[in-house]
Amino acid sequence: MNKVWKDKKAICIFLAPALLLFTVIVVFPIFMSAYYSFFDWNGMTDATFVGFKNYMELFTSKSAGFPKTLGNAFLLAALSVFIQLPVSLFLAIVLAKGVKGEKFFVALFFTPVLISTVVIGQLWMKIYNPEYGVVNTILRNLGLDNLTRVWLGEKSTALIAVFIPILWQYVGYHMLLLYAGIKSISKELTESAKIDGANGWQAARYITIPLLKPVIQVCAIFAVTGSLKAFDMIYVLTNGGPAHASEVPSTLMVSMIFGRNRYGFGSSIAIFIIFICFFFAILIKKAFSIGGKQYE
Amino acid sequence: MNKHKNISIGRKINYVILIIWALIQMFPIYWMFTFSLKDNSEIFGENMFGLPRQWLWENYAAALKVGNIAKYFLNSVIVTGFTIAITVIFSLMATYALTRMIWRGRALVNNYIMLGLTIPIHAAILPVFLILSKLKMTNSYQALIIPYAAFALAMSILIASSFIEGIPKELEEAACIDGCNVYQIFYKIIMPMMKPCLSTLAIFVFLQAWNELMFAVTFISNSDYRTLPVGIQTLCGSYTTDWGPIGAALVIATFPTLLVYCFMSRKIQESMAAGAVKG
Repeated sequence: MNKVWKDKKAICIFLAPALLLFTVIVVFPIFMSAYYSFFDWNGMTDATFVGFKNYMELFTSKSAGFPKTLGNAFLLAALSVFIQLPVSLFLAIVLAKGVKGEKFFVALFFTPVLISTVVIGQLWMKIYNPEYGVVNTILRNLGLDNLTRVWLGEKSTALIAVFIPILWQYVGYHMLLLYAGIKSISKELTESAKIDGANGWQAARYITIPLLKPVIQVCAIFAVTGSLKAFDMIYVLTNGGPAHASEVPSTLMVSMIFGRNRYGFGSSIAIFIIFICFFFAILIKKAFSIGGKQYE
Repeated sequence: MNKHKNISIGRKINYVILIIWALIQMFPIYWMFTFSLKDNSEIFGENMFGLPRQWLWENYAAALKVGNIAKYFLNSVIVTGFTIAITVIFSLMATYALTRMIWRGRALVNNYIMLGLTIPIHAAILPVFLILSKLKMTNSYQALIIPYAAFALAMSILIASSFIEGIPKELEEAACIDGCNVYQIFYKIIMPMMKPCLSTLAIFVFLQAWNELMFAVTFISNSDYRTLPVGIQTLCGSYTTDWGPIGAALVIATFPTLLVYCFMSRKIQESMAAGAVKG
């Protein structure tokens, strides 16, 4: 048997297609992006080496506005961690307690995750429509005409109006992960806590949530890195506008590369996005391992 | 007695919360289905939230004809179908070499591929675009199939590895004694045993490829190869006044996913959770 499993030729044949595809399309481009990010290049004329100038420009150029896009992405990450995750956790705990129709509710809450962001985005565009949209119609019917807005077209509201559907769409995703996590925790633990006199929420606070930490960590990493990479919904709803009010790093990167042919500068944004996603993933892991030790 | 009362009040509150949240999550989707069957006068005031008074199926005909939605739908089917096939075959083969076969550097190669779990597609967008332009391959199905498959590989291999570990080695040993070579073992023993894993992988890849936007927007400019998400985006951009057909286009794009979800909700939830919990 071992002889069969040590067949060198077979190993190469099995491995080659995946390894080749992965290396050429996923790994090699990172190095290319890193390389381009040191050049001033528009894709047509010769590239000139500029060292770290693109990275300096990220933080100094007012016209590119990168720091603001980063701030927007951080805001989304914060909303995601401090609003979206608690809502998801709350729903998961309520559902995992075993209400009637539990499976039905889980399936229902998860539905928006499966629908294309373009569809969800176009739908919310109609909801926000200044004349006929749901939001303004309801406000008008309540006699609150002065609160009606061009939600996606005004600088003060565009950002938050774009973030609401993003948060709304993925509540079900986090809920599902947390729900699956709670279900895998032995029921006896929470039940014995209840026999000792804990009520439902005390059991959740002192038994379920501490045991759920690994899943909460995964959710937190997804929520933060997902926010830092966010593209689809923003592209669909405002494409960063009005006047860059809702711009995020990804939309800026795409418009720099494909809109203005600034290949070098766009690549430096790409590299920065990768870097910051890695950084936060590691930071969150560290934070959870320190937090975990206090319980031991 | 008192305690029972508390519990039942608590239950009722839980229900109220769940139902309110269900309304928040389902309202936009309900609204989409109803306005896809209405005309503008109903949508714009007379009957915004109710069921349509007259069911205007013409909206769907208009979406298919004017909006070219049928073409985009077919493109999405082609791109997604090939992406699933390539990803599943490549990742199963690689998984077999990485989990069962014995060679030096196995752990190293495995870690290398697992790096792919954390790499965002942003990193690749310009280099892949340049490679595709050099090969004159932008505006083709391959322009999307190849990157989609490449970026789905790491997670697929991870999921497949956990499945393959549940298959007893004795089966392969018996086949070996019967004179099967390694390719026959893979094809006749492993592939059939991996069937439950195939659907998990297929669902996972389907959801990624069917809904992907960033590559689809940047690599495809010719409408002949546009996928549904991009097609809908352009349709909605050019027909802003007639909401009925737009609603119909949105429903057409969503319907296959929801239909499959109705029959396989458990399996789909498992696939999505598998993708995350192991990552």
